[in-house]
Amino acid sequence: MPAIHDRKFVSADPNKCVGCCVCEYACSVEKEKTYNPTKSRIRAVRLNPLANLAITCRLCEDPPCVTACPRDALTQSEETGIIMVDEEACNGCGWCIEACDYGAVMLHPESKVVFVCDLCQEKGKPQCIEWCPEEALELVTSDVLAQKARRSAVRKLFQESMATR
Amino acid sequence: MVKERMSYAKQILHVDLSTGKTEIKPLKEDVAKKYIGGIGLGMHLFLDTSKAGVDPFSPENPIIFATGPLSGTMAPSAGNSYAVVSKSPATEGIAEGKAHGFFGAELKRAGYDAVVFKGKAEKLVYVWIDDNSVQLINAEHLKGKSPYETDVAIREELGDHYIRVSAIGEAGEKLVRVASIINDEFRAIGRTGLGAVMGAKNLKAVAVRGTNDVNVANLEEFTEFIKRIHERMKGPATRKYRTLGTPENVLVLNAIAALATRNFTQATFEGAEKVSGEYLNERYIKKIVGCATCGMRCDHIGVVPEGPYKGSTARVEFECLWALGPNTGVDRLDAIIEAIYQCDYYGMDCISTGGIVGFAMDCYENGVLTKKDTDGLDLRFGNAEALVEMVKRIGSRKGQLADVLAEGTMRAAEKIGKGAVKYANHIKGLELPGYELRTLKTAALGFAVSFRGACHLRSGAYSPDVKGKVDRFKIEKGRGKIVMDGEDLYNVVDSLILCKFSRGVFYEGLDEMAKYYTLATGIKITAEELRQAGERINNLARLINIREGKGTREYDTLPPKIMSVPVPDEGVAKGAYVNQKEFDIGLDDYYEIRGWTKEGIPTVEKLKELGLNDLIHIVNKKIGKPKK
Repeated sequence: MPAIHDRKFVSADPNKCVGCCVCEYACSVEKEKTYNPTKSRIRAVRLNPLANLAITCRLCEDPPCVTACPRDALTQSEETGIIMVDEEACNGCGWCIEACDYGAVMLHPESKVVFVCDLCQEKGKPQCIEWCPEEALELVTSDVLAQKARRSAVRKLFQESMATR
Repeated sequence: MVKERMSYAKQILHVDLSTGKTEIKPLKEDVAKKYIGGIGLGMHLFLDTSKAGVDPFSPENPIIFATGPLSGTMAPSAGNSYAVVSKSPATEGIAEGKAHGFFGAELKRAGYDAVVFKGKAEKLVYVWIDDNSVQLINAEHLKGKSPYETDVAIREELGDHYIRVSAIGEAGEKLVRVASIINDEFRAIGRTGLGAVMGAKNLKAVAVRGTNDVNVANLEEFTEFIKRIHERMKGPATRKYRTLGTPENVLVLNAIAALATRNFTQATFEGAEKVSGEYLNERYIKKIVGCATCGMRCDHIGVVPEGPYKGSTARVEFECLWALGPNTGVDRLDAIIEAIYQCDYYGMDCISTGGIVGFAMDCYENGVLTKKDTDGLDLRFGNAEALVEMVKRIGSRKGQLADVLAEGTMRAAEKIGKGAVKYANHIKGLELPGYELRTLKTAALGFAVSFRGACHLRSGAYSPDVKGKVDRFKIEKGRGKIVMDGEDLYNVVDSLILCKFSRGVFYEGLDEMAKYYTLATGIKITAEELRQAGERINNLARLINIREGKGTREYDTLPPKIMSVPVPDEGVAKGAYVNQKEFDIGLDDYYEIRGWTKEGIPTVEKLKELGLNDLIHIVNKKIGKPKK
């Protein structure tokens, strides 16, 4: 496959996401067997009713969280791009949290080490996507996102001709 | 903190606003099962913590925030809710309201099934509940701010975006008797004036952050169950709420002469098309969003695109649209959206506020009020600018007339005099929602006996009328049962605090609700036990009203217009009104099926049957000693 970047991550479509937090509950149940958004690896943000977005790890190339860790507790899987946390090495200092532009790395309220989305490796597919009632969440590569953006830009430009069949 | 695997927090927080003292008491399992949560638990706690005849604005009047057994779980529509219960400044009987959004889940995660506020803070405060830390924080700087401005300011000053806030606006602070409590920007505990109870306590807001786990008894089956509910929510049972939304009612009701217009003067509105759900969605709705944990989207966010109210934004539901639209004769959606926005801004119930403005307009049209009274405002039906201006004045009690109107329709009519009571559309002091009771007579009976005053959501009794399941132009024997069954079911719904928009997804009704409850709490309950809990809660509410001197037959009334002015519109409904004879048949039928006396008082036998033995003293006082 000639893809630039094969890493897939969970992305929310801002036009579809309504900020309902179902993803947070689905995540905390899958990973922690309880209902508690503070233990979710994906968080929904509502700035106002018209501005909602769920955010989780984007599996960055050269991830700043990994670079920032002074204890080398974070590593990125070469195969999947997932950020892996060595819970023994992490002391919860929070540099990785500060380094992440998306707020996708969080400190676990009980274990006090950081945690991050692993795309539900054990289950095989991210449960937030399974549950999202708006079908706003997708497992995408950055290339797919770019394609979507291009198509939407062109669609806007050709609104009239798109309206005719 | 890891909690046991059941969805009740098993803790009730008591906050004394006078002293700042707090106390935690346990929620016992038998009480939980008996009263479920939400309004049921709230009313139980209200009776437990208040004395008969308490003034709604006195520090002794408790106000209770209660979550439901499903709050904090992933349960769609029930995972996010809370109820508020107190004595109503509008009816001086039981006050209750529910709201969804995000706040309720947070309160449960903080570790509480309910919070009971008593006393009165010396100055304006907000209560900051951060899990087990509870503080009273000065709120003088928030005085006059809207609920949403208060929400934003509190999250900002406490430095946490995920704090959830339930607050009052200026109307609540100024004891406007139709003041609401609003959480998450536009989710309102609207009815019965609960915002004014907070205002009387100098309680500007309740801010909550909860970080505890909420667990259910049977996670695997619970997950399967809610997955099924999520699927059903994508189907026909919720279609209306996801597409046009409740404003779909406008044309439906108009077509059957059931769209109350101009303060219940006409039963059809010539401007209906222009305020219809269809018109609204095409031109004004920008996005449809939803509450926490819910798979259904229902919040229709309307934005005015142009004109004098450009940019005005509000969540638009039928009742708000109707009360501030057809009920005031206004057919301009931009002004209606602005009026809803202003209601939310000042923190007032849209239904009651629209009812009051409609009443004032009716008085103005009939010469009871003049331009002198309105400070020059031309308060004719249909005057959109006057509507918006009047809403703002009531919200801030600006001017003599608005100050009187802020007391609600019932009290305002008495104060205005000059026959104003003829135009006062309220039941027990609560303004009517948007159903023409002269042409929907099962609804008329349901509204009359509703324990919180005129309300479509206490029994849903309009439904058989609108759907043509009964002859809607008369009241006859059998309607009492329809109303009772609706009430008992809705009491369950409001105690589990399910969203009523989701009621249709429970294909098996109470059976499924019972299963839902048991999977979450681990407490076994049957459909019949749950129904009986609904009946118990209705009797409990009635007992509270009786204790407050407002719960007997003479308070189960309909407004003069409904009982004496025939519908003038040409067509099927022409000449319709509710006559005393059929109304009495309806009341007798309802009391009989409820096991109440002719005066509408629950009998000792009924109370024993429902396990309310400890409250028999309330009816004994009324019935007197048994005859020999």
